[in-house]
Formats: sequence, structure tokens, C-alpha cells
Amino acid sequence: MTEIFKPANEQQVVEAVQWALANETAMELVGSRSRQRIGNAMETGCGLDLSDLTGITLYEPEELVLAAGAGCMLADIEKELADKGQAFAFEPPDFSHLLGSKTSGTLGGMVACSFAGPRRVQAGGVRDHVLGVRAISGRGEVFKTGGRVVKNVTGYDLPKILTGSWGTLAAMTQITFKVLPKPETEATLAIIGLENDQAMKAMSAGLGAPVDVSAAAHIPKARTLLRLEGIAPSVAARIESLKTLLSPFGELDVLGRDTSREVWSKIRDVRLLGDEQDNAIWRISVPPSEGAKVLAEIEKSIEVNAFFDWGGGLIWLEVLNQTRACAAEIRGTITATGGHATLIRATEKSQAGSAVFQPQSSVLTMLAGRLKNSFDPKGILNPGRMQSTGE
Amino acid sequence: MTRFATSESMSMSQLELPEVNVATLSNRDRIINDLKAICPGEAVISHDSEMRAFESDGLTAYRQMPLVVVLPETVDQVSQVLKYCHENEVRVVPRGAGTSLSGGALPLQDGVLLGLGKFNKILEVDYDNRCVVAEPGVTNLGISNAVEERGFYYAPDPSSQIACSIGGNIAENSGGVHCLKYGLTTNNVLGLEVVLITGEVVQIGGKHMESEGYDLLGLMTGSEGLLGVVTKVTVRILRKPETARALLIGFPSSEDAGQCVADVISEGIIAAGMEMMDKYAIHAAEDFVQAGYPLDVDALLIVELDGPEVEVDYLIERVSSIAKTNKAVSVAASNNEEERLNFWAGRKAAFPAIGRISPDYYCMDGTIPRHKLPVVLKRMAQMSADYGLRVANVFHAGDGNMHPLILYDANVPGELEKTEEFGGEILKLCVEVGGVLTGEHGVGVEKRDLMPVMFSKTDLEHQQRVKCAFDAKGLLNPGKVFPELYNCAEMGRMHISGGKLPFPDIPRF
Ligand SMILES: Cc1cc2nc3c(=O)[nH]c(=O)nc-3n(C[C@H](O)[C@H](O)[C@H](O)COP(=O)(O)OP(=O)(O)OC[C@H]3O[C@@H](n4cnc5c(N)ncnc54)[C@H](O)[C@@H]3O)c2cc1C
Repeated sequence: MTEIFKPANEQQVVEAVQWALANETAMELVGSRSRQRIGNAMETGCGLDLSDLTGITLYEPEELVLAAGAGCMLADIEKELADKGQAFAFEPPDFSHLLGSKTSGTLGGMVACSFAGPRRVQAGGVRDHVLGVRAISGRGEVFKTGGRVVKNVTGYDLPKILTGSWGTLAAMTQITFKVLPKPETEATLAIIGLENDQAMKAMSAGLGAPVDVSAAAHIPKARTLLRLEGIAPSVAARIESLKTLLSPFGELDVLGRDTSREVWSKIRDVRLLGDEQDNAIWRISVPPSEGAKVLAEIEKSIEVNAFFDWGGGLIWLEVLNQTRACAAEIRGTITATGGHATLIRATEKSQAGSAVFQPQSSVLTMLAGRLKNSFDPKGILNPGRMQSTGE
Repeated sequence: MTRFATSESMSMSQLELPEVNVATLSNRDRIINDLKAICPGEAVISHDSEMRAFESDGLTAYRQMPLVVVLPETVDQVSQVLKYCHENEVRVVPRGAGTSLSGGALPLQDGVLLGLGKFNKILEVDYDNRCVVAEPGVTNLGISNAVEERGFYYAPDPSSQIACSIGGNIAENSGGVHCLKYGLTTNNVLGLEVVLITGEVVQIGGKHMESEGYDLLGLMTGSEGLLGVVTKVTVRILRKPETARALLIGFPSSEDAGQCVADVISEGIIAAGMEMMDKYAIHAAEDFVQAGYPLDVDALLIVELDGPEVEVDYLIERVSSIAKTNKAVSVAASNNEEERLNFWAGRKAAFPAIGRISPDYYCMDGTIPRHKLPVVLKRMAQMSADYGLRVANVFHAGDGNMHPLILYDANVPGELEKTEEFGGEILKLCVEVGGVLTGEHGVGVEKRDLMPVMFSKTDLEHQQRVKCAFDAKGLLNPGKVFPELYNCAEMGRMHISGGKLPFPDIPRF
């Protein structure tokens, strides 16, 4: 790559994109490069570094709303929020362990890649907390969509389309979020030594009970974990109900606040696997009840190290003793259940022949292609990054 | 750009609808016969007397007879009807239960009205994955009823829930009184089956929590029937909370009530529901249902808390004390289910209660940043005096969604027009203070012409091109949402400066 533009404001982003358009030069959008390793390799002629678009423009804790430049570092924003006892409810993960990055990334990257942590089961994903966006599309035009209020159905919900678009539709400059109070305390109920299929049943029972489970994970051959959050007396009461409900499954243990926080941050940041940098890492989303079955199928053909989050609906998986990423073995098992597998990490060699994103049906591919075309007709923004989805 | 023409058959207000396609009208008989071949039996309705039931939706000020009504029974029929309409350039208006308050399901004189009423089955209840798969014509409440036996429910609860369809909820991204804690429709949908105007059937999402690729689930939800016809829906269900209790709090002013709401949230309490009513609404509701509302207050707040008993009891105390520090003059807590429902009875009956004291009323639906409530109420009172029209206010206080009800009499010449103008001014005010034109009822035909108040031409074009990506001929529900019809080819064109631009003066490496 030759040149990297580093605009200091929105107007300069417009100029850079217009320049790229006029010169038919594709651009790679970057924030802090924390997730640069994910996604298909691209051929671009220049870079667009959005990390100087910083600054909180609006933070009203009592209105549960925060707006900030897309280049703000997530860690800085999380600190601002924590000072007021608030947080992003979807628990944005920090992939520095997996990807070897130095930071947990920028807000723009968080929204563009759309990864949610353990609280996904209760609070929703990134998409559910983005209220409004200002962006420059591949047409070199600034546009805004959404707003700063949670209840808003005025026009199409384009913030949803931009969330998870991996920079292929528009360069986001400013993002408005719904933020929420941080739970006062938490505790985790652990069930010891369940087989994977039993663990799915236990998590399903917990998530279906009136105790407001905020996260449910299973670490094979170890523990099945269900987290409860809220005010202290409520957490204590709910732990008791959950114990009664789940005691038939096996031996129980309760993790107090600090241990609970530590365990869930490891799960969120995927620090339970992936030490060996050359091993491919997959993130697989399936219907929760199918989790154990899917993993068992995969294990018939390849050796893996894996754990479950989202009540079984999310499988983090490390491929062991292979020089390939094994896309066929993995994707083959989820065609029947629905869902997708994303290749989060691979070496150049092991990635060969494995699409990073799950190939989609032909109609979806066609629609995605038309959407891409409507925002970025010349294909100058991150072209090919989401290839295989129709982008 | 095509301007809309005023439709002659528009019985009341002067609403402009897309210019009628004369060829379609003259081919009406043939179109009816062709549709009968696709949907045999009673599925095609073409007599005026029977079509009358479909001439308007919940926004009854506007009426229009459709070209023909089709009530298909299978996805294949929907697909064939749409394919036929696409090939023959016939417009289509999808319709669920017809409760839209923004005229989203208003028919077109030259358009097929595609009713989804026969798609009324729950297809699957899946407790393991905590979801329900249903056809789009199932009512919102029908979903909760189907899972009640095991203590589950579907969270978004529009007041129209006995009647409105889940397909209509998807199209409008409907809300309810529990949105702050449990989200709108869009936060509770997992999967959709959609038929495109070309007849192609597309599966989006499923029972898994997140999909890859562009979030078409998010895009379809709230797209007001302009992008595709929903034929199957998978929604998330939740276990009912162990207990729910409500507080009924009276305040001397709406400022105090508003401050109380802000303080509750600042303390980290996310209530299941927080509803505010102004003096006018309180009196109308109390006269109607005798819920025991205090009549000597200017604002009434209902705060509902749900969860395990210890938590609810604790929070009831905390919210009560926050209310007292905000000058509450009366605080009552429900001690049983009957009392709780009684607190809600007045709020739930607020619309019909207003309907009793005025020949007609017009329900608005803007959202504002919550702390702007006092300014907005003050200016609204001024406008009310200026227009000589009364307004009652009910307000989803937790999320800033307001429902001013303008009281008018349609039989007084010019009063509807005046009401609409007043309504438009209220919505402009919402946008001016940082809010939006519609919080849950949709743009439809009603707020279509106000879209430029909130969005620039470029903003709107980015939305319109999305429509073009799905429906390049503009056949699905045209005349809704956008103030002008547009030509997709023209809109897609790019204007790039001729020669190469010099390197811009931007910091770089
Ligand atoms: C008394 C009353 C109270 C109300 N309270 C609330 C409330 O609290 N919260 C709230 O959000 N709304 C409320 N509404 C508005 C209304 O009920 C909702 O917008 C509802 O979702 C509309 O559903 P419907 O089935 O009646 O759709 P319709 O009115 O038939 O159609 C609405 C829109 O959806 C489209 N559509 C319908 N079905 C499909 C489909 N299968 N595929 C594609 N497009 C489709 C139509 O083209 C139209 O644009 C209320 C309405 C009334 C009359």
C-alpha cells in the first residue's frame, strides 16, 4: 500500500473518498487495526485511517445515550462510561489475545465488525445498541441515519445495515449508542463435569427460567456457567432458585463477584484457547440447542479445542494439528442447522481455499451485491473484505 | 421526479398518491382473472361492497378503494402473485390486520391489496431455543398466548396487540410500553422468510442469534412493506418475570415527573415500563374507567418494576423515595395483580377515553430526548391555544416516545386540515429538539411529506437506493415513506468530477 490518508475531520474524509473515486483507487478503511487480520485479503491502492476522528460529542447518562467519533478508542470510552456506572450492554470483546493486537480497537471497528460478548443472550448484540450513524458512502457523500433516541422508526433502519458491514458500504465518522447501567453485582452458578449435550439442556433450562440469566457458557470437560447480575439481594435470591432448578444436573458451585467477573472476561475475550498462533480459530453461530451436536459432528473429522457461549449458540473453536483451516469440515456440519462459521484467525497458508465468511444463498448474495452497489457503486471501500456473502 | 397527484376518491384530506397507472385500470378485468388463476376459490375479491372493508387502515382519515383484494393462502401463491405483478408492472400494497396508524396499508386505486390474513398459524414453538415460528397473520397476542402454558411471552406489546399481526409488527417495527427494558420488535426477531417483488423467496436469519453478511433482518424490520412481503417470522420469547408491581405517582407538574424519570434512570434502574399522562388524559381516563387516579395532579406516572420478588420490593421502595424527593404528591404501590392491572386500566383505555369526549382524535407519535419534555409540552400548549384545538398527552416516559392526541371534529369544515397542520408542527418540534418524526407508528403516508424535516436530500437518497436494490420498479407500496417517487436508474447514477483530482490536502503517511 502506498499512501494512507488520515483525515482530521469529516470534511477531509469526504475529500479523501472523492479523490479515491475520481482516481478509481480502492481504499482500505482502518481504525486501530485491532481486527485487521479478520476478513478476506483485499487489493487496495490507499488507506483511510479514521483514528483521528475522536471526541465524545454527546454523553447524557440519564438519557442513556452517547455519541462519539468513530476513531475513539473503545477502552477510553468504556472508562468514561464506567465513571458514570454505565457500559455497552453487549460486552464488546477484546480480541488482542487471539489476534495479537495491542488494543481492543476503535468504536468504528467495534460497529463495523459487530462482535458481541456473553451478554448477547440477554441484552442483544452491537446492532441492538447503535442508534444513529453519520458516514461517508462510497459515493463520496455524507449522510446520516437513525437518531439519538431509542424509539425511532423514521425511515429504513440503516444503522443496522452499517453495523457488521466491515467497512464495505461507508466510512462511519460518528456513532450514537444506547448505553446502560452496569449491573451492581454478579454471581455465577457453575455445574461441574457435564457432557456437552447435558450442558446444552442445563443452559436451556436456566435461560428459560424466570431468573434473568445474563450469560451461559460451557467449557467441555470442565464447567457449565450461568451468570446472574443485578442488585445484591436479587442476585442472591435468584442464585438460590437457579440452584434448585439445576441441582438434578450435577454438582454445583457458586462463584462470587470477583471470580465471576474474571471468568466471564476470559470467555468474552476468548482467552481460553488459541495460544498456538498458527492454529486456525473459528467463531460459529448456530441455534443454541444444536451446539453440542454440531461440535460432535466436527470432532468426527478433525481434532479441535472448543467452548460454548450464548447458551450453546456460539462455539469458539481452535483447529488442532492441521495445516488447513478446515472450512469444509466445519461448514458442512452447519448447513442443516442454519447459522454460520466465521474464520477469525488463520495463517496465509491455512486460509487458502477457506472463505472467511459463510457463503450465503444465491438470493441473499444477489441482494447483498445490490446493497453494496447502492452505497458504493465503484467498489472503492474495502472491496472484497466480505467476499462470499455477496458483498 | 414524479409529483404525486391528488386522488379524486380521497374522501377527506387532500392526500397526494402516486399518479394512477391508467393501463392497469383499463386491464382490471384481465388482471382479476389472472389473479384468480393463481389464487382460486374466494381468494380474489373484486366487488366494491366486499372491498370496502379494506379501503382504509387505522388512520381512518384516508380512504381509497384498491384495484382488487387478494388473500393468498400459501407462500407459493404469494410468490406467484408478486411475480405476476412484477412482470405486468402492477403495484402491490401488503396488508396485515390493517391497524397501522400512519396509513401504511392504505390501498392504491391501481394497486393489488395483498392481505396476509389467511397466514394465521403458529408453525412451531421451540422452548429449547426460546423462539416461536409463526405465519405473519398471527396476532401479536396470539404468540404470547401460544407459549403462556409454560410461562413464556413475546415481549413487544403494542396496545393493539389483540388485533395487529406479527407481520405488520415487523413492517412497522412496533413498540409497546415495555420497550426500554425489552426492546422493540427489531430486538426480538431472529428470522424471516420474505418474498421479493420478483417472486423470489428469501430466508433471512433463523433460530441462531446473529447472522453474517449485511443485516437484512434489521433492514426488513421497519421497512413498512416497501422491500418485500413477510411470509414467516421467527421471534424470541422470554420467560415471564416472577413478579411485577407498579407505582402510581402524582406530580404537581410534568417537569417534576420528568425529573423523577431521569433520576430513576440515573440511579441505574431500568423499569419494565414508565408511562406518563397529562392532566387532560388523566381526567378523561378516570371518567371512563374509574381507575382511582388522583385528579388534583398535573402529571401522573406509572412505573412498573418486574423480576424476582425481593428485587421488585426493593426497587419499589427506591423509586418511591426518588418520587418523593421530586415533589410527588401521591405515591401508591400495587400490592397484588388486581391493583397493578387497575393502575394500568386508565392508561390502556386512554385512547378510547379521549374518543368519548371528542368526536374525533388524531394520535401523534414523535420521540424526543426525555429532558426536553417540559419545553415540548409548553410549546405544544401554546400551539394548542393558537390552533384552538385541545391536546391530551400520553407519553412512554422511559424512552421519550410521545403520543399527543389532538381532539377535533371532522364534521367541522377545515378542522381536519387544521389538525393535520397542528400535528405536523408538533412533529417538527420533536425533530427540532433532537428527536424524530415517529417512534413506533411508522412514516406511512402520514409523515411522508415531513421526511425532509429530519433528513437531507442526500440522507433520503441513501435510503431510496436501498429500496431500489429490492424493488427497482418501485411497485411495492409506493407513495409511502418517501415524499417523492423517484427513478432508480437516475438515482443510481454517479456524478464524478471529470478528470483526476489532485491529491487532497489531508494529513497522510
Ligand atoms: C388502537 C391502536 C393502538 C395501537 N398501539 C400501538 C402501540 O402501542 N405501539 C405500536 O407500535 N403501534 C401501535 N399501533 C399501530 C399498529 O397496530 C402497528 O403498527 C401494527 O404493527 C400494525 O400491524 P397490522 O397487522 O395491523 O399491519 P397493517 O396496518 O395491515 O400494515 C402496516 C404496514 O405493514 C405492512 N405489512 C403488513 N403485513 C405485512 C407483511 N406480511 N409483509 C410486509 N409488509 C406488511 C403494510 O404494507 C403496512 O405498510 C396501534 C394501533 C391502534 C389502532
